Amino acid sequence: MTSMIFPTRRDEAWRYSDIAALATLWPLPAPTCIDVAAGETARCHLLQDAADGATAVHDYVIAIADGARCDFHVLNIGGKLGRVTFAVTLGKGSHFELNGAIIGGGDQTLEIVTSVTHAEPDATSGQTIRSILGQRATGSYLGSINVARDAQRTDAFQSVKAMLLDRTATANAKPELEIFADDVKCAHGATVGELDRQALFYMASRGMDPATAKTLLLKAFVAGVFDDVSDEAVKDRLEAAAIAKLETLV
Amino acid sequence: MLTINDLTNEIDGKPILKGLSLSIKAGEIHAIMGPNGAGKSTLAYTLGGRPGYEVTGGEAAFDGVNLFSLDPHERAAAGLFLGFQYPVEIPGVSNLQFLRESLNSQKRARGEAELNGGEFIRLAKDKAALLGLDMEMLKRPVNVGFSGGEKKRAEMVQMGILDPKLAILDETDSGLDIDALKIVGAGINAIMRKPDKAVLLITHYQRLLDYVKPDYVHVLAGGRIVKSGGPELALELEREGYAEVMA
Repeated sequence: MTSMIFPTRRDEAWRYSDIAALATLWPLPAPTCIDVAAGETARCHLLQDAADGATAVHDYVIAIADGARCDFHVLNIGGKLGRVTFAVTLGKGSHFELNGAIIGGGDQTLEIVTSVTHAEPDATSGQTIRSILGQRATGSYLGSINVARDAQRTDAFQSVKAMLLDRTATANAKPELEIFADDVKCAHGATVGELDRQALFYMASRGMDPATAKTLLLKAFVAGVFDDVSDEAVKDRLEAAAIAKLETLV
Repeated sequence: MLTINDLTNEIDGKPILKGLSLSIKAGEIHAIMGPNGAGKSTLAYTLGGRPGYEVTGGEAAFDGVNLFSLDPHERAAAGLFLGFQYPVEIPGVSNLQFLRESLNSQKRARGEAELNGGEFIRLAKDKAALLGLDMEMLKRPVNVGFSGGEKKRAEMVQMGILDPKLAILDETDSGLDIDALKIVGAGINAIMRKPDKAVLLITHYQRLLDYVKPDYVHVLAGGRIVKSGGPELALELEREGYAEVMA
């Protein structure tokens, strides 16, 4: 994921990216390494709200030791190119939980790329991503789960849902599984949809103006992503940033 | 209050309403009955402004304003309420949130003061009690997991909270058992039976009209009103069927 050679769109991990925007940042800054010691719990978050036109790439390399847990919340809304990647390695009986939202408009390209490796038995991982894309924005989730031969009783899921506000916006969702163990549960689901027209008419028939109605439906769509952020101040900041971004799109 | 003159419309290029005229004054309750496919629901949706229900001719004036020049949310703010035959489910949005946003949107559009949280909750409690709907139900997402009867009761709670001038109720009686029918009927009377309000009830059956007594009954067939009369017309239809009465 963190390549030394300038990528092209022929590279699978950069297939939907904005290479021209990437060039303005190259070479990439070093990844952020997070090591969670055995039995510990780490709670992390990222609010990627780079300025308009900027390029922001955040690479995380996360090692979760035996019996440890890492909860990561990400809101990816800023910049011309906003890319957040996770390379996660799970120890025995450990857990990784990613809750993320992508909200983009204009010509933004926003990406979440994950590679979660279940290297040892009994580890669990969950990834829940919600994307809202308007205008000509592109939002991508590329997620691979790799289960090593010894990683029996792995339990992993990916849930990806995208909402397109305009026909000119693009959502990519690419869950990938590579499994070498035989006693494994891996679930993945991806949907791309539009706002429910029947619901919009129902809301209008009760007097709600279109912007209020759309905002309410979109809030409901991303609700839950930040529900279990334990730090209330962080939670409020992420939710407020998400709502402010939504309101620019309706 | 509502004057419809020679209304024609199309759905997907297919004409449904073919010159419908109807006049409703304040203080009146009108019932429209008619066989399947007559255009009853189409009339309701067209007046409500549902996308895809294209008006091709005629006019409708609501308190002197051209109804078709208003967007659906503006019609609601002007005092029109559309009761749905199949109320829509909205996962993730609670009834209370939905109704508070709706009511305050209407108030903003009319230049009135919005209700704060406490005022709104008191109003919602009052109207829920009127319809015998548990306040807990209003904390749940809009219509999600509601039975047919609960959905219709919730619609009437919505009507009570929004307090419209004119309610167009599309088969509000469908899916109701006898007890629920009584409660919904009493709710309609309590909320809408007032000198400055009016109701257009769209129904297949006479039974709702036992609880909400109409002043006028119309038969809609083939996209127009083919017969109008008093409450006795509904009984005649029930007794003899549409084919006989229209012949």
